Amino acid sequence: MSPTTYLEAIRQGIWEEMERDERVFILGEDVGIYGGAFKVTEGMLERFGAHRVIDTPISESAIVGAAIGAAYMGLRPIAEMQFIDFISCAFDQITNFAAKSRYRWGAGVPMVIRGPSGGGVHGGPFHSQNPEMYFVHTPGLKVVAPSTAYDAKGLIKAAIRDEDPVIYLEHKFLYRRVKEELPQDDYTVPIGKAVIRRPGRDLVVLTYGAMVYIAMEAASELVKEGIDLEVIDLRSLLPLDKETILESVRRNNKVFVLHEDTRTGGIAGEIAAVICEEAFEYLDGPVLRVTALDTPVPYSPPLEEFFLPKVPDVLKTARMLASY
Amino acid sequence: MRQHDKDLHPSAKVPSVREEKLTEGRESVGVALQSALVHSIGAEPLRRMLYYMMLTRELENRIERKLYRQGKIVGGVYVGRGQEAISVGSCTLTRPQDVVCPSHRDMAAFLIRGMTPPRILAQYMGRRDGYTRGRDGNMHMGDLKLHVISFVSMLADNVPVAAGVGLAFKMRKEDRVVLCYFGDGATSRGDWHEGLNFASVEKLPVVYICNNNQFAYSTPVQLQMAVENVADRAPAYGMLGEIVDGNDVLAVYDATRRAIERARAGLGPTLLECKTFRMTGHSAHDDASYVSREVFEEWERKDPISRYQRVLLQEEIISQEKIDAMQRQVIEEIDQAVDWAESSPYPEPEDCLRGVYYEDDE
Amino acid sequence: MPTKTQLHELYYWMQLTRILEEKLVALYRTGKVVGGVYTGRGQEAIAIGTAYALEKDDLLAPMIRNLGSLLVRGFCPEDALAQYLARATSPTRGRDCNLHMGDLGKGVIAPISMLGALIPVMAGAALAVKIQKKRSVALTYIGDGGTSTTDFHEGLNFAAVRKVPLVLVIENNGWAYSTPVARQTANPEFVIRAQAYGVAGFQVDGNDVLAVYEAACKAMDHARQGNGPVLIEAKTMRMRGHAEHDDAWYVPRDEIEHWKTRDPVDRFERYLRETGSMSEEERNTILRRINGEVDRAAELAEQGPLPSGEDAAGGVYHETT
Repeated sequence: MSPTTYLEAIRQGIWEEMERDERVFILGEDVGIYGGAFKVTEGMLERFGAHRVIDTPISESAIVGAAIGAAYMGLRPIAEMQFIDFISCAFDQITNFAAKSRYRWGAGVPMVIRGPSGGGVHGGPFHSQNPEMYFVHTPGLKVVAPSTAYDAKGLIKAAIRDEDPVIYLEHKFLYRRVKEELPQDDYTVPIGKAVIRRPGRDLVVLTYGAMVYIAMEAASELVKEGIDLEVIDLRSLLPLDKETILESVRRNNKVFVLHEDTRTGGIAGEIAAVICEEAFEYLDGPVLRVTALDTPVPYSPPLEEFFLPKVPDVLKTARMLASY
Repeated sequence: MRQHDKDLHPSAKVPSVREEKLTEGRESVGVALQSALVHSIGAEPLRRMLYYMMLTRELENRIERKLYRQGKIVGGVYVGRGQEAISVGSCTLTRPQDVVCPSHRDMAAFLIRGMTPPRILAQYMGRRDGYTRGRDGNMHMGDLKLHVISFVSMLADNVPVAAGVGLAFKMRKEDRVVLCYFGDGATSRGDWHEGLNFASVEKLPVVYICNNNQFAYSTPVQLQMAVENVADRAPAYGMLGEIVDGNDVLAVYDATRRAIERARAGLGPTLLECKTFRMTGHSAHDDASYVSREVFEEWERKDPISRYQRVLLQEEIISQEKIDAMQRQVIEEIDQAVDWAESSPYPEPEDCLRGVYYEDDE
Repeated sequence: MPTKTQLHELYYWMQLTRILEEKLVALYRTGKVVGGVYTGRGQEAIAIGTAYALEKDDLLAPMIRNLGSLLVRGFCPEDALAQYLARATSPTRGRDCNLHMGDLGKGVIAPISMLGALIPVMAGAALAVKIQKKRSVALTYIGDGGTSTTDFHEGLNFAAVRKVPLVLVIENNGWAYSTPVARQTANPEFVIRAQAYGVAGFQVDGNDVLAVYEAACKAMDHARQGNGPVLIEAKTMRMRGHAEHDDAWYVPRDEIEHWKTRDPVDRFERYLRETGSMSEEERNTILRRINGEVDRAAELAEQGPLPSGEDAAGGVYHETT
């Protein structure tokens, strides 16, 4: 077996779910004959037919709205946003129609909205965003962001099988850059469970998505300085795995959060509040954060480089925290 | 210009969309047609339609003119007085497995599908036995078992949702249709456009029914759109559009029957524009001072219920005594429903936390 | 009827657009462009025929295939090149990509990637024109794909209700990425949409720059006189992929071949030659001038520095200097 890329893992996950469950179908722009702008749905039209792989007009609101209607009728739609930035065009259907439906009148909306997010590929202000927090702030939704091929496959399957609407954020920087051997057998990764990527003894960084790799790289630098950094991959942002977070804080006593999303209103603030509320007495230092700047995602390479969190930023924060 | 290719048409050319006529402008069904319709529908369904119109009127009158004024309603009240013919004439034609996506002036659609006055009143009063258990109010209710999809305040959001329902039917090759209702104001929203366009591209079995009551809150339809008829928009989507007298329940029935036939035959969605008038304010708090008395009086003369009663009397489908008895029955039914709703408890405060996500015991 | 000078100007803009885009593609192939390159090859007549009809105080919002409109309205080749090369010297100083540039001083509003978003914005610009009792018009574009968006509907409807001087050009090039018009709408005659909104509509051969120019002049007159928005459907063909990474294998070859025979630049050149409006010498002078301009612009753009990282942090809000 050759290793499977993150992108291929998503594709396999969708494919297998469509084989397993005839209620599952996909709709979006250019998902059919073209196989998706990033080829996540390549070959699906040929295998599953135009009834289950639906090329839509450029109508994000209709894509999500139609997914809701089909979900009410017992289907399991996967709505693709060509780039996750375009999810803004469907904001109303997601936050008002889908998210509130079960609570209001008991009608669940099992569907997945997925698309490529994140920067690092010089996509500019409209093809690089991390929109997670608009949705983390919306009760009724779930939000996941895998960082590995294993999780990408396991989480897309879990999202498809979930009874509630799941926003599934695929980091486009990772699409073809990360790969690993995947199990032959069917598996899922539970939504709402973080994972310890690297156990440590001195301090812990909580992160997700492409930033997991920045954290790992920083950890291997820090170990040379005698600082043992634990790296936790959140994987799910809503619900948040408080248990794993708090357990690690109680062991390591020093914590910072790293995210590619912009700073103000990012998940770091929420996590810091949770830690202060539930594990304050275990802290030996402030809860710090390493994040992108509070600007739109800029396009030109030096600007984007400056905007995104980097290994030196993590090192600096880790050293500062370690010195407490 | 000289360099045009022969096969391109440079001037403002307006080709027809299909061979069939795109809009069939008709004020209402003529007398001969009316008689034919009456006989094709049959006495029992005709009387049932009258019953639902009267039940709707009584239920909404009670909510707006009594319970709201008594302070028993929690929040706003949106009624469809004067528009009852639209939801009755159309929803009557649905089969049990069909789906409806009503909006706030389509009370009869909820009733015809089997949602009941006691629970609807409990809904309006924020009680535990309301269709949303007190979580949402007024007409924001649905019941998937009865194939009624709840709408939200963002009007026209149900237009793409209805397309999705139709998409599920098409995928599974089921002989089912969706009726989707909205007002004239909703047609200005992007979801309306995206939903209709998608439904038409995919030829989905949807009947889109516009309750054109000429006002969106205080905004008259001429400030909502620069075309005379909502149905004029159908050709842009390659869709059949039809203008219907929305105060003539038989005309609505007739047009909907054809639209449903087309949907079942795989010919795609239809846009029915039912012209009517909102005989009330936007909501119970709104006295509609921006609408002149004369306009209200003019439309009062076209009241769909009295008009329909005259037809049924004339066609000897029902007697005046029977109508009076029906009215008494409706009043009694609503009296009992009000008592029941008022005896329904408020929800437990802790219930606020439940049901945001799927729970195993559901 | 345009004068001889105007005909020569139109030809200059058409060829400048064509040659500049060829240069961008060449730079893309050598890996110098940051990101993708989106060209309007085969659609030059639409951008130029419409922008050329604008008057001095009119407003323009271009889309990704409207390089020609930007050039006509005063952006120079170096601006486009510097944008694509992500330089500090570009109009957005490297913050945004490709043709996402604007300049309120030139009456040009910058686009975003969300298709249709410009239509309500330009309806608002036209509303301001009306409120201020100016005689300007607002011109913007949308593709066949963009007509399916929320913003197309809400923007055009609003413009129609308020009768504002908006000219909206539907550039129907047959394809939205891999999606053909038949999957975009059940009525491929986009001009019919004018009736849906109660606005005037023209359908025009989008590969005929004079026809486009004439339709645009008529439309702008109509809008300027207070008669409300105009919708122009210009029929054309996207002669490349969605962007340069896309070889458009899904487009039937014969469709491309068919449209090659009506290439707007070739056709206009043939027309100028056959009507004696431009001599071979005049043509060569124009082409020499363009090639010189584009080469010099490319050199300048490449010499331009990349922005410094710290510049990423500024400019999100108003800054007092």
